[in-house]
Amino acid sequence: MTESLVKIRNLSKLYPTGGGGFLALSELDLDIPSGAFMGLVGPSGSGKTTLLNIIGTLDNQSGGEIEVLGHKVSTLDAKESAALRAEKIGFIFQSYNLLPVYTVYENVELPLLLLKMPKAQRHEAVMQALTWVGITDKRKSRPNQLSGGEGQRVSIARAMVKLPQLVLADEPTANLDTENSLNILDTMLQINKDTGTTFIFATHDQKVIDYMQRVVTLIDGKKAKDDLKTGS
Amino acid sequence: MLKFVIKGLIRDRSRSFFPVLIVTAGVLVTVFLIAFMSGYIESMVRQNARFDTGHLKIVTNAYAEKISQKPYDLGFIETEAEFQQWKEDFPSVRWTPRIYFGALMDVPDDEGNTVEQGDVFGMAIDFSDPSAVQDIHLNEALIQGRIPEAAGEILLSEELFSKLQLELDSTVTLLGSTLYGAMSFRNYIISGTVSFGVHALDRGGIVTDIEDARAFLDMPGGASEYFGFLPSMVYDDDAVQEIKQEFNAKYNDEDDFSPQMLALTDQNDMGFMLQYMGFALGLITVVFVLIIGIVLWNAGLLNSIRRYGEFGLRLAMGERKHHLYNWLLVEALAIGVVGSLIGAALGMGVIQYFHVHGFNFGVFTQDTSMMVENIIYTNLELKNLLLGIIPGLVSTVLGAMLAGIGIFHRNTAKLFKELET
Repeated sequence: MTESLVKIRNLSKLYPTGGGGFLALSELDLDIPSGAFMGLVGPSGSGKTTLLNIIGTLDNQSGGEIEVLGHKVSTLDAKESAALRAEKIGFIFQSYNLLPVYTVYENVELPLLLLKMPKAQRHEAVMQALTWVGITDKRKSRPNQLSGGEGQRVSIARAMVKLPQLVLADEPTANLDTENSLNILDTMLQINKDTGTTFIFATHDQKVIDYMQRVVTLIDGKKAKDDLKTGS
Repeated sequence: MLKFVIKGLIRDRSRSFFPVLIVTAGVLVTVFLIAFMSGYIESMVRQNARFDTGHLKIVTNAYAEKISQKPYDLGFIETEAEFQQWKEDFPSVRWTPRIYFGALMDVPDDEGNTVEQGDVFGMAIDFSDPSAVQDIHLNEALIQGRIPEAAGEILLSEELFSKLQLELDSTVTLLGSTLYGAMSFRNYIISGTVSFGVHALDRGGIVTDIEDARAFLDMPGGASEYFGFLPSMVYDDDAVQEIKQEFNAKYNDEDDFSPQMLALTDQNDMGFMLQYMGFALGLITVVFVLIIGIVLWNAGLLNSIRRYGEFGLRLAMGERKHHLYNWLLVEALAIGVVGSLIGAALGMGVIQYFHVHGFNFGVFTQDTSMMVENIIYTNLELKNLLLGIIPGLVSTVLGAMLAGIGIFHRNTAKLFKELET
């Protein structure tokens, strides 16, 4: 049996509000094995992003337990959770969030600079990541010279360049047309197969859902369905 | 990493150009103001030392009490031997006698009848001592004629000379009183005219030889003041205070006519003025740091808003808040260094120009009694540049420190949400 990369037990998240609080996640149990290519789906307000935040160590739970890459999130201090994100977790955002003053190459290089990786090693890793997403010819371009699809490819390369064990992608195709969305998903699926990196998507886009090997549906912060597709 | 920071700064003009411009302008103004004020202070010290205070002076106790009135009747007489002794005791100082006095100048016509009369302020120096002549830059101040070579010759201020429509080699009569209060009058030939560039002196001054003044005022072998100058001609308060204490310990007692040594800072409120100017220079620096710091703080805040997404992304990628904050400080330091160097270089050019050509303040000092040269030259000194550069760096880093505090208030839990849009 594959070891769980993310282990969630009875997880809850309560956001304090004037009326006593809003329960974003409740009684959630989930095991995500290493190498998974899975989606968290559900309507707006269902708790997808909250769960991604907690898995990504950007936020803490209110109750229950969550273990990410062998670390209990509730016990990590700011320094430890930052180190975990820097070394082992990659993020892909809906709006790419590329730094406009840097070239494609430099945007992808940034996570490695934070890891203080030597220059030669950095170069090799950046070129490898750009090759994965098929955008080496654009390495000297600035983000404003790229199409939407190219921008998201750079964003994937940036998330993958440090060879993370886990990639969290929040609505990665929301700003893309169908053709670009499918290309991006093909690329990520291929990387998942080649490197064994675990991908967790938060989405309500059917195109994305169709690509998932496993789909966990959240409704009102609770797990409503957990479908493992045949053949995955 | 530094290369990465610098690349970002160079490419993003709004992150670098505007702040560099502010720092450049601030440093330029500051180094110039400091150089100007420093030049002004030096001019004031120089002029006071030359004409009024010396770096040191020896006067009687009684004279010191009323020194602003220049009471030559309370000065020294027959002190040649003592003067020689003082010179031997303090060889590191160059000593010269002076007498300051007031008199009425009468301008007669060919038949000896009065045509014009007016108050004059007399300064008597030892014309036989070239250093004493050089002390007041007499050769440079000479406008017409020549320096007196014989007894009974005087120099008259060019302004008074023109006003009274006198001629060179014409005779004027000085009327005054002797050391003992008796009436005294004596004829003098005008050998030349002078303009010292100090309106307080140029309005109605005469310069005469010390021996002529001694004869006129009945002060044989005397002087109202003995001036002392350090050989470098640059005022050094520490050295001067040391000499003063030694002299006073040795020679000064309670007798009214006992010699007393005064330092430049003991006279004409110069001590206060120098402290005040030092305070003003410090104030300029602090005000610069505050103003530029606030402007850069504001620019940094706007910049932080513009780069909100970038900071959020970097925090999400695992960059620590203090690392991000340090990055901002490095950016600020780079801006501070570049802006300060450009500002200092431009400032040096402006200072150099006014160091050579000076500012002519003659129009503004016509009615003042302050001992300041009409033309003020900026003081070109490395320390003045440093005084501008250091606050240039401090203000940029201070501005960035204040603006960057927001990073620590950033809630990482909301990054996904923020970066989605």
